Order: sequence, then structure tokens, then C-alpha cells
Amino acid sequence: MPTEDVVEQARGRLAQIPRVPGAPKPDALLVADGVRRSFGGVNAVDVEHVEVQRHVITALIGPNGAGKTTFFNLMTGFDKPDTGSWVFDGTPLAGVAASRVAKSGMVRTFQLTKALARMTVLDNMRLGARDQPGEGLFTALVKPLWAPREREITDKALSLLERFRLDTKKDDFAGSLSGGQRKLLEMARALMSDPTLVMLDEPMAGVNPALTQSLLGHITDLRDSGTTVLFVEHDMHMVRHISDWVVVMAQGKVVAEGPPSEVMADQAVIDAYLGAHHDTDLGDDDLLDEGGIIDAEAEAEAEAELAPATQAEEKAP
Amino acid sequence: MDYGQLFTNVLNEMLGPTAIAYALAAIGLNIHFGLTGLINMGQAGFMLLGAYGFAVATIQGAPLWLAFLVAIAAAVIFALLLGLPTLKLRGDYLAIVTIAAAEIVRMVGRSTALTDVTGGSEGLTGNAFKGTFQDASPFPDDRWALGPITLSTNTSNSWWLRVVGWTLVLLACLLVWRLVRSPWGRVLKGIREDEDAVRALGKNVYGYKLQALVLGGVFGALGGIVFVLASSVQADSLGRPVTFNTWTILLLGGAATVFGPVLGSLLFWGALVFVRGFLRGIVPPDVLSVQQIEQIGWILVGLTLMMLIIFRPQGILGDKKELAINAH
Repeated sequence: MPTEDVVEQARGRLAQIPRVPGAPKPDALLVADGVRRSFGGVNAVDVEHVEVQRHVITALIGPNGAGKTTFFNLMTGFDKPDTGSWVFDGTPLAGVAASRVAKSGMVRTFQLTKALARMTVLDNMRLGARDQPGEGLFTALVKPLWAPREREITDKALSLLERFRLDTKKDDFAGSLSGGQRKLLEMARALMSDPTLVMLDEPMAGVNPALTQSLLGHITDLRDSGTTVLFVEHDMHMVRHISDWVVVMAQGKVVAEGPPSEVMADQAVIDAYLGAHHDTDLGDDDLLDEGGIIDAEAEAEAEAELAPATQAEEKAP
Repeated sequence: MDYGQLFTNVLNEMLGPTAIAYALAAIGLNIHFGLTGLINMGQAGFMLLGAYGFAVATIQGAPLWLAFLVAIAAAVIFALLLGLPTLKLRGDYLAIVTIAAAEIVRMVGRSTALTDVTGGSEGLTGNAFKGTFQDASPFPDDRWALGPITLSTNTSNSWWLRVVGWTLVLLACLLVWRLVRSPWGRVLKGIREDEDAVRALGKNVYGYKLQALVLGGVFGALGGIVFVLASSVQADSLGRPVTFNTWTILLLGGAATVFGPVLGSLLFWGALVFVRGFLRGIVPPDVLSVQQIEQIGWILVGLTLMMLIIFRPQGILGDKKELAINAH
């Protein structure tokens, strides 16, 4: 079956999934169970069960401190949970080192971009590739052993750079790129290894509006070429625009999930997040198309003002 | 004053075993710091272990090749001992552990309990362990003059030691040149920049850091062998100042470059001998004694390092955009 049809089918099957936290998915790529991580008595992440559907774009949203990034860190081996297990593409990954997680096909980016500043853009890209025998100390000494693979890697890097409009920058140090270009570079670099699942931590933070449009295009392109995408984002406009499924976290727990339009009308979500969140861009089409949400948001304000107070009490040690 | 003699002394020092030993040690440190970003404050410990490994093995009757292997093995084991517990932690821990471990090696080496093996604080005299190395020389026992420099061909501070030493330096540079331009070197540079990013790309950062620590330590051990083949093994002659001088040499020449450590070593020792000889020539002895001039030489080294950090943090050959010491 061609990739487009697979993706179409995966997106279509989301319609039958019940809109409850932890809903089972027909073709789950990542399944997490009982994952808990506490920092000094506060449960930063306390996820009972969550599944991520293969071949779709899933957004992970929630207020600051909801545990989204911590959840990312746990899944990718950058942090260790107190308890919990998770299975990625049939392989249990609890307790596996970050580098092995990445090798198994789950590649992440960071909220604060980690461009390798004093290496060239092209070297940054090459570093993302897998199966380069020259990365061994002894094979590195004999160039013919790794030169052919290096040529393949370079070709791939150049074509990805072209796709992300960074090809003119390939010989510059990555540190000389703008913030938005670094985001693009980090995403392109993550794609060098042909990952099964790309996890993007706030891909839009600090990116100017002109670049936002092209980044959105890149993310949907990723899905359409068969890569599963999971991303954390605060920009509700973007979440609404490109995600097929939205998972909402608050205080470490998954509180709701469903298609973007339904989730954003969900009272629990508005209480936990949208109502208490005033930085939604009122200049975009929200006002025209979905005034209902904005109205609901206004109504929820009174409650929302109470909600942070109770949250603060709960969080206090 | 005799400028001809001063020039000869400077040239002799630049080509001599001390400059060679420090060049090798700085090449090792360059693999640690320039390529991987590891802060090793105990390179002298690697040198001393190499020296002890070579000398003790030779005294116990090992042939030349085995003595070299013992020295290298000692450095490898030392690097693993230091690296295994610390390389998973933040960078500062390695710095603390290496400076302490190098001191431990020196203290153990000079302790009276080990007098039978290491000679204690007296050390091991050169004649006890230089035999196999000198016998391996293809030159006849003689004194040869090359330009203004006249040296014995084989004994101690000899032409033979210089030939072997500079060959080692050349091979080391070649190896570093190859590695820097390989995918392996690229991973190390990535680790220097941000190890979490490299980990997220599926590289075993811990393993790479360990490899770099071991490889750089082995060059330190080779430097230690060259150092003691010119004189004797004496624990205190390879103490903390040696580590700091090696750092100065690396930063002077330019970290993350191939020839920086070698150029740094040549200039460092050449300049030191020049300053001392020049001051001895122009300052009357009743104003500054020979010992005081010696001290002033070191003061000037310190000043040079400060100037370097302020005005040229990337060193002489370095690329400011790639690695400057104040950019961390």
C-alpha cells in the first residue's frame, strides 16, 4: 500500500477511538504504562496509560509545569522514572540509555535548541546519520572503509538541507544561524537517521511567523512520508492546524485526548489549560471561526482564577 | 654577551627531549580538551606512569618493545580507572579526580615503602633503564656535531633520542590529523559542543569519552618515556607544574588544531631559555642572581599565559570561531 494511503487510513481510524484519557489505539507505536517521576514530593509525571498512534501527528499540550518535557525526557532515556514501563514499536525501552533509544528509532529535539555551535551545518547533519563505520576509533584510521558511506551521508544531508532551505548555509558554523534556522537544523538533523518517531519539543518557540509556515509544512510532510510525529507546543493555532490527535496533560496526568477541535472545546481542558492561558493569539482566525471557544474561555476565567490557587496549594511541599 | 651561544642554547632546547616530551603530552591533552572538551588536570600523572612503567619494566629485564607496552598499558588502566566513574558525571568531576589522581601517583611513587621498585624519592637513575633503548640505536657510539649543536649519538640526551622522539611526534600528529577529519573525530567534536545533543542522535557518548581519555593518556605516557630517557625517573620532576605547563603549551599553540601542541612546545621552551639566557647576559649578577633569573623566567611564562587568554584566546594556530578558551 502506498504511504499516502497508510497515513490516510491511520488518520481515518482515529475517528473511532473513544475520547477518554488513555484510550487504546488501533495501531499504537508508543505505549506507556504507569510512568511516574517525582521531584521532591511533587509528581511531575504520573501517566497511567497513554498510547501514540502510528503514522499520525499527535500534539501534547498542557499548562507550564504539566510534565510534558519531563515525559519526553523519560520516554527518550534522558531521565529515569520512579516506576513505569513503556514499549516502543514492540521493544520495551524502560531503563534503556538515551543513545540506544535514539538508535531504536525514537529521535527527539530539544526545547532549547542544541545546535552544535562550533561545527559546520553540514557536519551537524552528518552527525545525525546512522551506520557510519568511521565512527569507530580503528576504522576511522582507514579512510577507504568509511568514505563510501560518508558520500551517501553527505548526499542525504545536502538534500535534507535543501528541503529545509539551509543549503546555502552548509559551510557556516551552526552558531551563526538564527534561532529559527537552528530549529530547522535540529529537525533536519533528527531526520538523518530516518526515525520511526520524531519527538519535537516546542518546535515553534522563538520562530518568526514567516518560518512558522514552512516549519508547519515540514512537519506535515514528515507525516505524509510515513514518520510518526509527537510534539509539545503552546501555540494553539499550530496545534489546531496540523495535529491529528491531541493529548492534554495537567499536573503530570493525562486529562483528556481527542481530535483537536473536540479537545479544545472540552470543559476539563479549558479549565486546566486554555482558560488560564491568555497568550492565545486573538489576531488569528480563532475569533472568526471558533468564537465559541473564545466565549467559553471568557466564561471559564472566573473558575480559572481559582484553579491556579488550588494548584499552587497542591504543589506546595 | 654571546648571542651565538644564546641562539645555540635556544635551538638546542627547542629540538631537545623536553620539548618533545611536552609536545607529546600536549597532543594527548589536545585529544582530551581540544577535541572532546574533557578537562584533564592530571596529564603529568599519565607521563609519570609511562615513565615508571617503562623504567621498572626495563629494570625487571623486559625487552624494549615490552617496556613500551607496559608504559602504554599503565596509561590505559589509569585512564579507565579515572574515566569509568567520572565520565558519566559533569565535566568538573574529571578535572578534580585527575588532579588528585596524578598527585596520588606521584606520592605513591616517591613513598619509602616502594623504594625497591621505584627508588622512592631518590628515583631511578638513568643508567638503570636506558640500556635497551641505547642498544637499539643504529648509530655508532660517538659525538656528532650538526651545525652549532654537538651531542653524543646514543647516551642520554642524544641524537638517537631526538630522532625517535620527533618520529613519535610526527606519527602522533599524523594520527590526530587522520582522526580529526574522520567521523570519529566529528562525534568527539559534537560531544565537546553538547553531549546531550549527540546522545539524542544515538551515539554512545560515554564510550567515546572513555576512548578519548585513554588515547590522550597514552600520548602522555609516551611523552613521559621521552622525558626520562634524557635524564632519570624522579617523581617530583613530573608533578603539578608539568600539567600546567602542558596546558599553557596547548593553549599557546592552539587547541583543536593538529600542529598547535607542537608549535606551542617549541615556542614555550625556546622562549623560556631565551629569556633566561638573555637576562643572564645583560643583568649583572649582583642585581639578579642566577636563581632569581630562573624565577623571573617562570613569572614571564605566567604573564604570557594571561596575555594569551586576554588577546588571543584561540592560540596561535587556532580558529577563534571554533575554539577559544574564554568562549566556554
